[in-house]
Amino acid sequence: MTTQAQLLPGTLDLLILRAVSLGPLHGYGVLLRIEQISGGALLIEQGALYPGLFRLLRQGLLKADWGTSENNRRAKFYELTAVGLKRLQEETDSWNRLATAIANALAPQPEEI
Amino acid sequence: MRLFHSLRSFASSFFHRSETDREIDEELRSHIQHRADDLESAGLPRAEAERRARIDFGGYQRLKEESRDALGGQLGAGLLQDIRFAVRRMAKKPGFAVVAILTLAFAIGANAVVFAVLNAFILRPLNVPQAESLYGLWRLSSNDMSESYPDYLDLRDRNHSFESVAAYNVEQAALDTGNDPSRAWIDEASGNYFDALGLKPYLGRFFHGSDEHGPNSAPYIVLTYDYWRSHFQGDPGVIGRVVRLNKFPYSIIGVAPPEFHGTLMFFNPDFFVPIVNHAQFDENDLNNRGDRWVFMTLGHLKAGVTPAQAIADLNAVGASLERAYPKDDPKMSFKLARPGLYGDYIGRPMRTFMTALMLLAGLILLATCANLGSLFAARASDRSREIALRLALGSSRKRILRGLFAEALLISLMGGAVGLAGSVVLLRALSVWQPISRWPIHMSVNPDVKVYAVALFLALASGFLFGAVPVGQVLRTNPYEAVKGGAVETRRGRFGLRMSFRDLLLVVQIAICAVLVTSSIVAVRGLANSLHNNFGFELQNTMLVETDLNMAGYRGDKVPPMQKRMIDAVSAIPGVESVGLADQVPLGDAQPDSNVFADSTADLRPANAASNAMMFKVSPEYFHAAGTALVSGRVFTWQENKDTPRVAVVNRQFARKIFGSEAKAMGAYFKLPDGARLQVVGIAEDGKYGSLTEDPQPVMFLPILQSPSNSAYLVVRSSRDPEQLSQTIRDTLRNMDAGLPVYIQTRYKALDAFLFGPRMATISLGVLGVMGAMLSVVGIFGMASYSVSKRLREFGIRIALGAQKKELLQAALGRTFQLLAFGSVVGMLLGLAAGKVIAFIVSQATPWDPVVLGGVVATMLLLGLMAGWIPARRALATNPLLLLRED
Repeated sequence: MTTQAQLLPGTLDLLILRAVSLGPLHGYGVLLRIEQISGGALLIEQGALYPGLFRLLRQGLLKADWGTSENNRRAKFYELTAVGLKRLQEETDSWNRLATAIANALAPQPEEI
Repeated sequence: MRLFHSLRSFASSFFHRSETDREIDEELRSHIQHRADDLESAGLPRAEAERRARIDFGGYQRLKEESRDALGGQLGAGLLQDIRFAVRRMAKKPGFAVVAILTLAFAIGANAVVFAVLNAFILRPLNVPQAESLYGLWRLSSNDMSESYPDYLDLRDRNHSFESVAAYNVEQAALDTGNDPSRAWIDEASGNYFDALGLKPYLGRFFHGSDEHGPNSAPYIVLTYDYWRSHFQGDPGVIGRVVRLNKFPYSIIGVAPPEFHGTLMFFNPDFFVPIVNHAQFDENDLNNRGDRWVFMTLGHLKAGVTPAQAIADLNAVGASLERAYPKDDPKMSFKLARPGLYGDYIGRPMRTFMTALMLLAGLILLATCANLGSLFAARASDRSREIALRLALGSSRKRILRGLFAEALLISLMGGAVGLAGSVVLLRALSVWQPISRWPIHMSVNPDVKVYAVALFLALASGFLFGAVPVGQVLRTNPYEAVKGGAVETRRGRFGLRMSFRDLLLVVQIAICAVLVTSSIVAVRGLANSLHNNFGFELQNTMLVETDLNMAGYRGDKVPPMQKRMIDAVSAIPGVESVGLADQVPLGDAQPDSNVFADSTADLRPANAASNAMMFKVSPEYFHAAGTALVSGRVFTWQENKDTPRVAVVNRQFARKIFGSEAKAMGAYFKLPDGARLQVVGIAEDGKYGSLTEDPQPVMFLPILQSPSNSAYLVVRSSRDPEQLSQTIRDTLRNMDAGLPVYIQTRYKALDAFLFGPRMATISLGVLGVMGAMLSVVGIFGMASYSVSKRLREFGIRIALGAQKKELLQAALGRTFQLLAFGSVVGMLLGLAAGKVIAFIVSQATPWDPVVLGGVVATMLLLGLMAGWIPARRALATNPLLLLRED
């Protein structure tokens, strides 16, 4: 449990988009997928997922439809829209730039040694 | 298209609200089931798995709300939900909702009415272009806006501050369009009147300064729109038509615009004629500088000229006129006044009273809010368990408060709507009402946008106000208390000495009620007193017959014989006891006055006058007919005419003021400005002449034969029913001259104009007083019954332990009555202070009157008893067994 990282504000949306980009998922599936792709490092409060999902739905980045899950239960499945895909790419690029910049800044510099 | 779209989504989100809700629910539950499936396959028993899944999920309600908010797209959906919830709750307790809405409707309605009147009288300017720069010339020495015609001309031509100074005078005239002559109210207006006001005619043309070529040079009539519609059926062919006005031919040249009703608010003349024709309407000499008969002079200030500069300019003109005409023009200094309400004359008392009334109406609304606030607070504490439960289940406090406010606002908006609807009906009625039948008074107090806005604002503000009362309670609620079980006690001292907020509200409300009750009793009593005043004349069995021989073409020497014939003819009617004649009557339309000089004074300049006295020209029988008693000396005789030495009857105040004592006055002489020397032959009792609230005024009565007047009242004293008599009088006079319009009213009715203000004051205070009382009853009842219902258990135990009725009542209502007494005392003290204000409007209204004080105490006690009756009965009827069984 101690290996889990605190979720940065605003990153939940990005993670949801990423999780859904790999194929349609229902809410619980999104949660599992995020845990899985983060190697178990990111654990999201379960209920907090839904406000995020609905927010993206409203922005037209996701679309949803009712279907049947692998457990044979009725569930709503989420899918990335074209706009959503575009947004995911933009956000990913900008995240990577930021992450690289911060990583560089934090990396040991020659003078320090 | 976009708008339509969002409207549709708004509507659909409202109607399909529950569907959206259900979907969210289903999705969240599906999530929890999936989680439980996982946990189950990890080895947990199903029940335990589901429990764990729910815990893992977090605060279900809160997350659901957040989810719904995130889903958005439905602006204000949360609000709609709140409203629907509020409606449902109101439907559950319709009695509460109806009481709340009605109380608010009354309070907001009263405020809307008062504001609409305030708006119409004070805030709304005259209906002329640029009304804000329009000022009347207020003469400080006489404290009114009247001028003589020559002074008006000089002021108009010699000032540098006004674009143009117009003048007008109110008169009556007989208009003969070929059939029956009818009496009309007219404005005699200076030629520049319409141009100075910047008006354009609706039809035809106006008269202009260029039409004036000396006395009687411009026989033109400009009709008001309303008169044109009512008397000429809106016929455009009326332009150019020749009619007879006081028997003189006049041509109708134009119709004024519909929204223009003259420059005196609410006094709507029928038409306008040039003021240079004045001699055809009245005997005042156009060219006499000392005779200030022109009713009002007014004009627009030039751009950039401040009122102070204009006053200095007018005073400079006045000073030069003073020097040039020392006999006629004493002390000509000015201020500027608003013409609409006749400056300070009507304007000031009106402003004071309307402001006070607005304040009282505001207090009523505040009391209503206090009332509803405490009812809301009581209900909130009844619901404290529910609220605590909702909090425990994860609902946010914000959410619960929003719900409370939604309910409060819903009630206040509904109350506001009902109240506004009622006030519109009332205002419509007021607008068509003619309070003083003889005068063309039209109060257009129809509500405008401002009134609607104020009503809406008041509704919203009061909703927030009383909605806010239970807020503290909700915020303090501790959710764990509810979970632990039992009723949640709000922090209110059960037997506390400390006054809770709710107690304070009740005290405030009772105090407000006591203020209103005190004020209205003071006003009612003042009005009753002023009707039993000694007026110096009799009200009973007296009628006033108003005639103007000018209207029928009698002028000069033809007037006195005709008047004598009229007196004789009316005296001959069976049942008539005596008939007097007077040019003006006390408390009538006008109170002409004149300077009076001591007999020894030779230089009759105004500055040397011994006093100013009112002057009534009367026939010998007047004193008997009017019921004015002589304290010594004699009345006039018909032999006292222009050829005999001049005499006068003066009142006691005149005798004291000019001669020092009544004894010295008898037989003594005094002089008038024209040099006439008059001997006092009789002394009459004092009375009221100009207003009901005035101090004793010096008055002289002169024989009408020695200074004739062609417009005069016949004062008829009779033993017969005035209604029957008036028809006989009318027929008698018509037989003498069919062209003479007469106006007949009882002496009592003639006082309408003077009683209008006090009556309106009394009625408005009375209405507010009744409303305040109603509110107090509701408030006290609410509080008492709430405290009884809260403590029924305790009463049951007390009865079981053998408590006496007295003790029980003491416990049930003691506190309420303490508060009632406290509030009443505070309110009464405030009411006594307010009584002083009322005394300015209603004469003889004094709060320091045992009847008033006793009346207030009795009223408040009665209100307390009314409100406490039912809760007391309930407390006494408590059945201890039933209560013990309940738990």
